[in-house]
Amino acid sequence: MQILLALVALIAVFGLAWALLWAVGWGLRRLLGRTTVSPLTFLFVGLTRNWIRTVLTVMSVAAALFLYVALGGVLDTLKGAIQVGSEQRLITRNGISLVFPLPIAYRERIAAVPGVQTVSCSNWFGGQDPNDPHNFYAQFAVDAATYFPMYAKDVEFVEASKPQVQVALAPGVDPALAAFMSEQTACVVGVKLMKKMGWKLGQTVTVKGTIYPGNWPFTIRAVYRAKVKSMREETMFFHWQYLNQMGMGGQSFVGVYHLALSQPERAADIAMQVDAMFENSSAATHTETERAFEAGFVSMYGNIPFVLRIIGLAVVFAILLVAANTMLMSFRERTTEFGVLKTLGYSDGTVFAIVLAEAAVITLGGGLLGALLAKSLVQKFDLAVLPPMRVDWSTVYGGVGVAVLLGAVSALIPAWQAMKLRIVDALRRV
Amino acid sequence: MASVQVSNVRKVYQRDQQQIPVLDGLSLDVVSGDFVALMGPSGSGKTTLLNLIGGIDQPTSGEVRVGEESIGRLSGRALAKWRARNIGFIFQLYNLIPVLTAIQNVELPLLLVKMSGKERRQRALTALELVGLGDRIHHYPRQLSGGQEQRVAIARAIVSDPSVLLADEPTGDLDRKSAEEILLLLERLNQEFQKTIVMVTHDPHAAERARRVVHLDKGVLSN
Repeated sequence: MQILLALVALIAVFGLAWALLWAVGWGLRRLLGRTTVSPLTFLFVGLTRNWIRTVLTVMSVAAALFLYVALGGVLDTLKGAIQVGSEQRLITRNGISLVFPLPIAYRERIAAVPGVQTVSCSNWFGGQDPNDPHNFYAQFAVDAATYFPMYAKDVEFVEASKPQVQVALAPGVDPALAAFMSEQTACVVGVKLMKKMGWKLGQTVTVKGTIYPGNWPFTIRAVYRAKVKSMREETMFFHWQYLNQMGMGGQSFVGVYHLALSQPERAADIAMQVDAMFENSSAATHTETERAFEAGFVSMYGNIPFVLRIIGLAVVFAILLVAANTMLMSFRERTTEFGVLKTLGYSDGTVFAIVLAEAAVITLGGGLLGALLAKSLVQKFDLAVLPPMRVDWSTVYGGVGVAVLLGAVSALIPAWQAMKLRIVDALRRV
Repeated sequence: MASVQVSNVRKVYQRDQQQIPVLDGLSLDVVSGDFVALMGPSGSGKTTLLNLIGGIDQPTSGEVRVGEESIGRLSGRALAKWRARNIGFIFQLYNLIPVLTAIQNVELPLLLVKMSGKERRQRALTALELVGLGDRIHHYPRQLSGGQEQRVAIARAIVSDPSVLLADEPTGDLDRKSAEEILLLLERLNQEFQKTIVMVTHDPHAAERARRVVHLDKGVLSN
């Protein structure tokens, strides 16, 4: 649905751009028809002589550059994903793979390592929306009493239910979480997920378990907003104890441990100490900074960045051929005119510049349109599994550079032919 | 003094391995202020001779002088500049730029001269008034008749005040009445403004308006 809407929006934007270009061209042409001729007029009337073709070429270049910059945006987002996550916190996971759990017994031993301030834990739940299995969102079971104080600077609670009974909160727990803390089946949900699912505070929602089978009802008791990029707003958090009792039969396994450090400058030493402690145990650990842990997910995309670059370049190359063909057509139609200009005294260089300038306007115009559209539209997408989409300005500049190069290369052959055109040959053609 | 001096000019075109001689040692003098009609059958070399005089083609051998300039010695860029200053071209099919108005077409040669926009427009307007089209300056070529288009082309040819006008079948695509108007205009330019005119034509009536008629046949003068 989101893709369909985006497509409609894109077509509407391009249609609007077309109408705008056409109207501007029509108005300017009427205006310029009454003004004294200048090199600029000459360039402009050259572009507007076949207005539909010019607009279509501009649009095709814009579409190609839109795709090129949008794909660049995906790369920027992946690159950005590596740089999120704290370097002040450590993550300890199973040394073999993230899919294997760790025993809860490790918690006390990790907490005893000098430099470790607090230890929390979380489990990937991997549930589905029972109504639409493709409607993906993440759920984590967390030890709420330690988890939320650890991430207190990263989130803020914008909505919360009032507690039914008074409960004593663990140190550092936000008072807004009182209702959540007092209820085993309660959950905390990000604002984007609330909006996406159309949920309300206090509503009971059901999640279908895949790793932990069954239908799991949760009552929404608080809504959070992320203050940092690493914290996504399309996530649901609930109590680890609930999962342990209902899903693991009290076996007390955790997915990962989160370590807040009192001496962050010793993060590497602490990580080594933790891993050394469990080196010969049944579940060896791998400890790394939170940022490195996040980057590990990005590395799972493998060669996707390479594939994206190849697709982008292939699109640009295809448009290069289209643009070159259009320039050649435009040149062939005007062979006699170029001959006349040369007869009147216009030099070969001037004729070369006329053809090149027209191509530059078409490709630069299309390139700017496509690149800026990509910059403004792509950033509105949220792919849920990645941080919010972004397109760096360097990618936009790169796209415009590609457009300029496209213009130069596509116009080179017709411009060269126009320059080398012999007047007698040009005038012979009718 | 000869305004145009063609001395022993040969022009041979190369097509694949075959050499096609078009002009064969032709010599011709056109004095300043003359109006010469070049006649002859198709393929006799009339247009080639006109192109050589206008510096848009180079002779295989021989020399073409226009005024004091031996144009064979000029480089491509210098030749383009020389053409802009000294030669006005009038074509059979007018060859106006369809996306420019009449006055913009006439202004085109003046873009190559250092001149303000206002002065350029004034000169173009004067040229169009001279050819009787002062009231059609904002019309596009498609909005004009053939005779009017040719008059715009003549205005474009004279706007930079060249000494020599070269006309290649200027009435070839026109009806009798329009052709008469164009010929009267050329006569006037020759008589009132002392322009040297070399006109290629198949039409004996058109040739009668010239001061001198020169016949070409198989690349040589036949009279």
